Amino acid sequence: MTAVWRSGGLAVGVSAVVLTAGPPVRLTAQDTSAIDRGVRIGIIYRPGVRPGMVVLPVHAPALDSVRAIVSRDLDYTDRFELITLPGGDSIRVTAAAPGARPPSAGGAGRGTAGGGAAAAGTLNYPLYQALGADFAVAVTPAPGDTTIVTVHDVAVGSVRRELRAHLPALKDAGFRLAVHQLADRVLEAALGAGGTAATRVLFVMEGKVYAIDQDGADQKLVSSSDHQAMSPAWARDGRRFAYMEFWEGHGKLFVQEVASGKRAPVATTGQALDFTPAFSPDGKTLAFSRATEEGTDLYTVNIKDGCCLQRLTVGRFYDNLSPTYSPDGQRIAFVSTRAGLPQIYAMAADGTDQQLFAPFDYGATGSSNAPEWSPDGQTVAFHRDVGGTLQVFVLDVRTRAVRQLTSVGRNEDPTWAPDSRHMAFVSDRSGYRQLWIIDVETGRIRPLLQKSGARLPAWSPRLPETASSTP
Amino acid sequence: MKRLSLLLLSGLAVAAVAACGGGPKPEPPGPVTANTDSIAEAQRLEAERQAREAAAAKEREEAERRRQQAIADSLAALGQTTNAVRALLGTMIHFDYDKALIRGGDASVLDQKVAILQANSGLRVRISGHCDERGSDEYNLALGNRRATAAKQYVVSHGIDGSRIETVSYGEERPIASGHDEAAWAQNRRDEFEILSGGENLKQP
Repeated sequence: MTAVWRSGGLAVGVSAVVLTAGPPVRLTAQDTSAIDRGVRIGIIYRPGVRPGMVVLPVHAPALDSVRAIVSRDLDYTDRFELITLPGGDSIRVTAAAPGARPPSAGGAGRGTAGGGAAAAGTLNYPLYQALGADFAVAVTPAPGDTTIVTVHDVAVGSVRRELRAHLPALKDAGFRLAVHQLADRVLEAALGAGGTAATRVLFVMEGKVYAIDQDGADQKLVSSSDHQAMSPAWARDGRRFAYMEFWEGHGKLFVQEVASGKRAPVATTGQALDFTPAFSPDGKTLAFSRATEEGTDLYTVNIKDGCCLQRLTVGRFYDNLSPTYSPDGQRIAFVSTRAGLPQIYAMAADGTDQQLFAPFDYGATGSSNAPEWSPDGQTVAFHRDVGGTLQVFVLDVRTRAVRQLTSVGRNEDPTWAPDSRHMAFVSDRSGYRQLWIIDVETGRIRPLLQKSGARLPAWSPRLPETASSTP
Repeated sequence: MKRLSLLLLSGLAVAAVAACGGGPKPEPPGPVTANTDSIAEAQRLEAERQAREAAAAKEREEAERRRQQAIADSLAALGQTTNAVRALLGTMIHFDYDKALIRGGDASVLDQKVAILQANSGLRVRISGHCDERGSDEYNLALGNRRATAAKQYVVSHGIDGSRIETVSYGEERPIASGHDEAAWAQNRRDEFEILSGGENLKQP
């Protein structure tokens, strides 16, 4: 492949959607790609919407994997056109005048000046401009186990930011998370946007809870018991998660620490079927569904003090389940069957002011389930039965407009990334049910995990450094 | 060995009787007379006594065996009843898609369970509700709960104490048919009935 990425896309010539830019409005696109089995085709972007990005080859073998991970993370932000250099990665196009100090190498003056200067050596900016790059990223080693990532602003012709990190050893459990965090800093430096590289997705497979990096690497078993598990959910701080387990005749909730792997049962009355836990944003309260002979209703329990069970709904002849908090903690969206089929409702966090949230046509709209409030508070994702199969929808919280996001195959259980524009969900579009990630703004889709039976994903917030040890 | 000696003894007795040769009938057992001059006579009497004792022992043994057999037979019969009642109690009921209403045909299945619960007052059961894979995973826990509760309400409304019946839902987590077609789904949309306690000896209703 000698051509740059974007002309490659044109050569394939599958023109599906051309987006128009509307600056303050959130861009939206439908998932219109055919079954793509991991190959990125289907959508052509208007040139200029996404800045071009070159990740320069590295000459230090130890940093190859760092470059590879950072490069992939940047691609997965769906905010750049990643440009392949002519001749592949073997050529590094550098300026004729090496050693010249970059004009604005922020932080380069702090120690190891020699290494920093070498790393931030100026590039042949006009050449990269000709290739369509707006940014160039160089990964270079520096003394003292330091890795320097230089973000060049090609258009301006200067160094935008120089990032330094002490990366753990390649085999260290914290290595990948540290590199992902570096990738998030590159995105922040280039576009000022928060990334999702340093995140993991929990999911359920064969009754166990697993975690996997958002780039599809490093899958790990995190639940330790033989009991069948369901419905993992993250705490906002990224240090704990909750899930449900089937015990003899009932359902128990557990909260587990990421770092230590220790878990504790949630203090509820314990003998009912409790399921779908959801942390309040302050991490003090757990909302959940409880099924009894009176039906299924929503409760909260104070998990900080292990007390104070509170009932939020009284359904008697209908069910209320699957709570999800708004990021300010003021409201809870949930599923209710009060109108017959399950639909999306909302209420104040204390159970008052219950009202319909996602509009539907009585008798025409199918069941709606599995709501998850986006981290930016603007939307609620859920899935809805459309003609006998499930599709992912997004509700605009302010306008109450509902938009269908998927249409290929069966798509369900959406979960938001912390950037509120990427979403993981379960889809059988490739022939069996597996985890996929969609960029809501461009409609670009990639598989997260190509294993059958993975379901009920829960995307973490941006993870703190201490969570890097093996969960 | 015992049988052999018995045979030997009775053989001796017969030989002794025959030795009398069509004479008077053997003397009825009674106090042994002073006629002790005949060693053969003494031996005959001794043999007779032993034969009688052996016969009596045999009879006692036979009676005991019959008694044991009778107990075993009745236990087996009881076990067969228990198994039959258990099978009746374990009969599943099924549901329409996304519904928790008891179907007309399943009412008679539940009526049987009511009768069994009435005939066996110590019996406690758990009803578990299940769903097919088509609905939402988490919603199916609520749906399965309604299916289990529907069966319990039916049984309770027919006079069974509600404290004898537990309910639980497994949603779509425990399918019994693994296919992805209506035949499999129809089997998986079900209530299962499981004995919690008091199921050791069940009476036929």
